[in-house]
Amino acid sequence: MAILVVADHDNRTLAARTLNTLAAARAIGGEIHLLVAGHQCDSVAQQASLVDGITKVLLAQNPALEHQLAENVSLLVAELGKQYSHILASTSTDARNMMPRVAAILDVDQVSDIIRVECDDTFVRPVYAGNAIATVQSSAPIKVITVRSTGFDPVAGEGGNAPVETVTSIHDAGVSCFVSAELARSDRPDLTAADIVVSGGRGMGNGENFAMLYRVADKLGAAVGASRAAVDAGYVANDMQVGQTGKIVAPDLYMAVGISGAIQHLAGMKDSKVIVAINKDEEAPIFQIADYGLIADLFDALPELESKL
Amino acid sequence: MKILVAVKRVIDYNVKVRVKPDHSDVDLTNVKMAINPFCEIAVEEAVRLKEKGIANEIVAVTIGAEACQEQLRTALALGADRGVLVQTDEPPGSLAVAKLLKAIVDEEKPDLILLGKQAIDSDNGQTGQMLAALTGFPQGTYASEVTVSDGKVNVTREVDGGLQTLSLDLPAVVTTDLRLNEPRYAALPNIMKAKRKPIVMKTPADLSIIVSSTLTTLKVEPPTQRQAGIKVTSVDELIDKLRHEAKVI
Repeated sequence: MAILVVADHDNRTLAARTLNTLAAARAIGGEIHLLVAGHQCDSVAQQASLVDGITKVLLAQNPALEHQLAENVSLLVAELGKQYSHILASTSTDARNMMPRVAAILDVDQVSDIIRVECDDTFVRPVYAGNAIATVQSSAPIKVITVRSTGFDPVAGEGGNAPVETVTSIHDAGVSCFVSAELARSDRPDLTAADIVVSGGRGMGNGENFAMLYRVADKLGAAVGASRAAVDAGYVANDMQVGQTGKIVAPDLYMAVGISGAIQHLAGMKDSKVIVAINKDEEAPIFQIADYGLIADLFDALPELESKL
Repeated sequence: MKILVAVKRVIDYNVKVRVKPDHSDVDLTNVKMAINPFCEIAVEEAVRLKEKGIANEIVAVTIGAEACQEQLRTALALGADRGVLVQTDEPPGSLAVAKLLKAIVDEEKPDLILLGKQAIDSDNGQTGQMLAALTGFPQGTYASEVTVSDGKVNVTREVDGGLQTLSLDLPAVVTTDLRLNEPRYAALPNIMKAKRKPIVMKTPADLSIIVSSTLTTLKVEPPTQRQAGIKVTSVDELIDKLRHEAKVI
């Protein structure tokens, strides 16, 4: 039986993390169908059809799917999913919100947040905020799985030419509706997809000081993140939080500035290839995992970095 | 309005987790246990809704071994009115928990169900959504603001791009994120009072639910440790290392 992968998108663009989810599907093995569920999202289906290694794209479009409301999308995915051995999605907030609903409708256990595929029924996932790594075997007839993007290298976004098949069934549970969204607009790269991430912590002192971090990030073409302490203190918005309960990142370079290195922050970034820590407290736990540590006052180091990069 | 709030007993978040030498599981012997932090936020939100006069009764429910009564007492000390413990030997998986909670929902008929967005042990993040699916209720996950009015609940959610607000028909399931509120500390008189609040014990059989799972944990290993690298003495040295040694900029 084939694998159904649910695409992440905003009705305009296919999210890069879908390519990581597809890599997990490929590791499981078998025919892969990619579902694009949304509204007025032909352009997403178009991009999806170009992705390497997909047999077909399923396109479901109607107003009830516009905002990815879990009540509606889960009914569609569960209906389609009955024909598949595996249903995969990413760990985006949309997918994490929707997939357990699919699993419950299909009456199967879900495996969350896998970082490795051992074989078609055995998966590796972090537990206890990444302080332990569990290998889990599933005997469920349909395996409902969410995939942590950083565990899998993305498949190629082009080179394919899959046909697009239209799904006509319409599901509207009619119990929830979208009111509004306040989405951060940024010209910087997406935090979870960036090659370089520069993050600030409580040491930044206030929100205005993050401007220094933005200037360094722009020199590097980097995304900007933050620790939970900085978000809780109101310096920056929640969507910048890196950590166990925020975003999980694994860029080529992660620069932690004024971040002490609480376990829950480390859980979100310790798989980065190279970690730099800048902190004036030489006892900060972040130095225990940093490849390059600079003991310095960030208010001196950041302007110097900006001028010398 | 009646609120059902589900809580889970987990390892205290301050405790350093250790894997057993035989790699069968993490070692929980003689480890401090506590109410899951996200569940505590859910209890606090329920209590605040009662203090505002929106809710008139809060029922706390947990599932697990007899020792889970401690976490129910914590919820009662924070302001829940009564507790329900569904006793099981092994902690059931998320789907089984959702089925047991659905049976409790059928009995209690709450207008609003509050849960944590995830437990810090299994890190599954499934139970609230599964319960919502089984009951057919709408869901507001990762809530940072909850407003109840006119038979509906507006939930502002922390999503990848920022914030999203949904309007849900009641009854609804809401799961809490970190910034929904800051839980209070239980005052000593309330801890004493909580000892006299009722806790009802049930079994899965009482609820006609068979607890089972299709998932088997084959092994649990410690993560690969990252070694500390070197200290650089200046910004110039840092830039040089990143350019010529690590080659990442």
